[in-house]
Amino acid sequence: MDLLQLLWYALETLVIGAYFVLDGFDLGSGVLYPFIAKGEQEKSIVRRTIGPIWDGNEVWLLTAGGALFAAFAPAYATTFSGFYLAIMLVLLSLIIRAVSVEYASVDPKWHTMWHAFFFVGSLLPALLFGVAVGCVVGGVPLNAAGDYTGIPLFGLINPFSLCCGLLSLAVMICQGCAWLALKTPKDCPVQARAAKAHPIMIIISVVLFILTGLLYFVAVNHVASVNPALNTHGFAGLCQWVFVILIVVGAVVALIATLAKARVWAFLGTSLVPLALAGLLGATLFPNFVISTVDTATNTISLASAAAGDGTLAAMTVIACIGVPLVLIYHIIAYRIFRGRQVAENVNPGTQA
Amino acid sequence: MGTMTTTASATTLLLARFQFAMVVFFHFLFVPMSIGLGLFVAIAETKYYRSGDPKDAALTKFLAKVFTATFLIGVATGITMEFSFGTNWANYARFVGDIFGAPLAAEALFAFFLESVFLGIVLFGRKKVGRGVYLLSTWLVWIGSVLSALWIIIADSWMQTPAGYDISTTANGAVKATITNFWAAAFNPSTLPRYLHTVDALLILGSFIIMAIGAYYLIKGKKPGSKHAQMAEGDQIFFGRKLLKVGCIVGIITVVLMLPLGDIQSKEVIANQPTKMDAMEGHFTDGPLGVSLIGAGNENASLQLPSFLSSILTGAGAAKSYPGLDTLNKGTVDLSQYKSSGITYTNGVEPTKGQQPSAANGNQTIPAQQPSSNYNNNGSANAATQAGISSSSSANATPSDSLNAGFTYQVYHLMILMWVLMILWLIFALVVLNRKKSFEGGKVKKYLLIFGPLLPFIAIQTGWMTAEVGRQPWVVYNQMLTSQGVSQSVNEIQLVITIILFVIFYVILFIAWLRVTTRLIKKGPQLESAEELAIIGGKKGRAAQAAAAAAAQSAKAGE
Repeated sequence: MDLLQLLWYALETLVIGAYFVLDGFDLGSGVLYPFIAKGEQEKSIVRRTIGPIWDGNEVWLLTAGGALFAAFAPAYATTFSGFYLAIMLVLLSLIIRAVSVEYASVDPKWHTMWHAFFFVGSLLPALLFGVAVGCVVGGVPLNAAGDYTGIPLFGLINPFSLCCGLLSLAVMICQGCAWLALKTPKDCPVQARAAKAHPIMIIISVVLFILTGLLYFVAVNHVASVNPALNTHGFAGLCQWVFVILIVVGAVVALIATLAKARVWAFLGTSLVPLALAGLLGATLFPNFVISTVDTATNTISLASAAAGDGTLAAMTVIACIGVPLVLIYHIIAYRIFRGRQVAENVNPGTQA
Repeated sequence: MGTMTTTASATTLLLARFQFAMVVFFHFLFVPMSIGLGLFVAIAETKYYRSGDPKDAALTKFLAKVFTATFLIGVATGITMEFSFGTNWANYARFVGDIFGAPLAAEALFAFFLESVFLGIVLFGRKKVGRGVYLLSTWLVWIGSVLSALWIIIADSWMQTPAGYDISTTANGAVKATITNFWAAAFNPSTLPRYLHTVDALLILGSFIIMAIGAYYLIKGKKPGSKHAQMAEGDQIFFGRKLLKVGCIVGIITVVLMLPLGDIQSKEVIANQPTKMDAMEGHFTDGPLGVSLIGAGNENASLQLPSFLSSILTGAGAAKSYPGLDTLNKGTVDLSQYKSSGITYTNGVEPTKGQQPSAANGNQTIPAQQPSSNYNNNGSANAATQAGISSSSSANATPSDSLNAGFTYQVYHLMILMWVLMILWLIFALVVLNRKKSFEGGKVKKYLLIFGPLLPFIAIQTGWMTAEVGRQPWVVYNQMLTSQGVSQSVNEIQLVITIILFVIFYVILFIAWLRVTTRLIKKGPQLESAEELAIIGGKKGRAAQAAAAAAAQSAKAGE
């Protein structure tokens, strides 16, 4: 286990975290969409808050996928072929969602379908990402070649993975509340509803987080205890604690800020939660990617068995060193240009791009 | 070696290939359009930046809308592509991950972020950024899309002509390709020829779409009081002529450029992928490689170009003697003479030997030492049976581990036929443009021009089929059979379910796209009000003020 491998394990965790933070709030806004926005005018406001930036946010998913493929191909191959139907549902959801964000305004005739696509296309990924995380942490049956041998789709659902799914859904809804409370016009009813729902969703998320943690120790941790390879690494164990503390800090800051109507702080506090959750995921799994419930010691996809050669990792490091700063600059430019609340006068369904 | 065992049935493999091909086909309808159109958005905005003419601003906005409606579907379906390597081709992903993943990650970092972030500015930022920033954004969106094409073609070209790698066995016994030279792998012998060939094709498509829209306005402009005429009649003719002219100029350049680019590409295939070239030209027996014009997938049953012309197109060496598919299949030719610098062929399927290529094909593994492909050869004399799609009547070749030579031949020649027709269409456009009053007459030509985009569409799809079907039976040329790359944990039922889901949703998306774009095109470029334009101009630069003033003037003139 050399330094490059550790670096890429950390980077992959970070990219996944960045995806959850950035796409989390627009997925969350999509889940809230039918409940929080009444009528075309309000719906249009919600779509326009994410209009200029959702696409860039979603590229983080492609980055995470590409980096996983490049740096840890066996982990990529196992998860995507093993979770086949779930992944395909996520992909179809993201497809219909991407199109609905823009087509809902230019194609008012089919607006009912686009509204439904936007909601379902946001709901399924928000839920299934969590289920997938629950599966890799909780373990799935893998054979020696690393292929999933369980029942397709339904084999992935168990109390722990389901709880992880609900947690990711709740956290993303929280992010969506924080985003809409921050970006929609102050006199718009959406803003009031988002601000009202935010503290409730924070509390629900915290409850689900505690429940997930309990289930982990009750239903999952035994996997670790029978396998010496999975014993918590000293440093990773420390990291786990740090990330749990960060999750608590994020939730507390978000709760206080939202009650104090400090919208920016509420958004930042809320955003810290998914980032720290991704960190906790990385620290908990370390040094593994997918835990096998069958022949755990040999069949688990680990850092050692999945890492690409040093040549690839070195090339990837160069690519990342050039690419990531550029990407951050693009994001800063975009968020600066589109800073501030959505202006109500912009909203004019049917004529916008 | 060989912890992987191939258990997927031939049906699973066919379904996995069908699903992948279907998803690529759909994706590759929209991406070429958006890359082609992106250039024209940037050209229109450049024009506006210089002229400050509100009509030019209207054109940018209009083109950006059509671009976005198309781009979105390309983006959305592209997500599926990136993950399909893992979902459908897990063993392939394990084998090539070290090499294939990096370009995909780079594509996201260097291209997709650029495209998506600046498209946001193009769509929503007209009033929020200065004119210079806005102009830059339109170009960055296009550059981003052209860069994304580079990275994905790097990845795909490595599958055609692998280079800069080594085959190694990991600690747990899996075989994989590891990178030895990043630049040799990225710029493998086929990367640049294929990249230039592809990008030029996409620009041709863009120009034909622009010409089609232009021709449509020239027809519409003739009918006074048409209920769709939301633009003023004069504007329709103005925009119609303008679009037809710009499209025609870019079209002529790119179509002519295709001649040398296509030639470079075919010479590259001659040098590096003899089985593919043989299939493309129906070359079964050793001898001079001819260039056939039309036929039944076999040299003996086709009309051939005179040999002196053939030798120009194929190069002197190939024109003298080139091994045919029959010989290559028996493995009696030393392929080493065909390796370009940088390619390190291992022999045959050596890296994965010990596996059965497919359960249904259990009678043989392709012998190591023989760089052969078990192509779909039903005897060179019997060309008719080769022409059908996967018409495998021979007992020892399954459709999954075969090269369908007849299909490759036909799609390749269809592509070239399309190129010839495109020249004809460009002549139509020139004739229409040459009339002083281009809205009068030439109705048939204009209607033909409206359907012009079908030509590059067909050429792009058939060209892609030539490249990928001609690569068979390999997923990585001479390294890994397609049947060895398929996911083992995915069964027929899962594939059928997802194929049905994809068909349903892709049909819905296609119809929606068609409705939205035809609506946009019918509505046409819309002039902004003078006060809108004043805001658009922004606070920066004299040019902006000039534009606002011009707008105010034109508004006064309108009154």
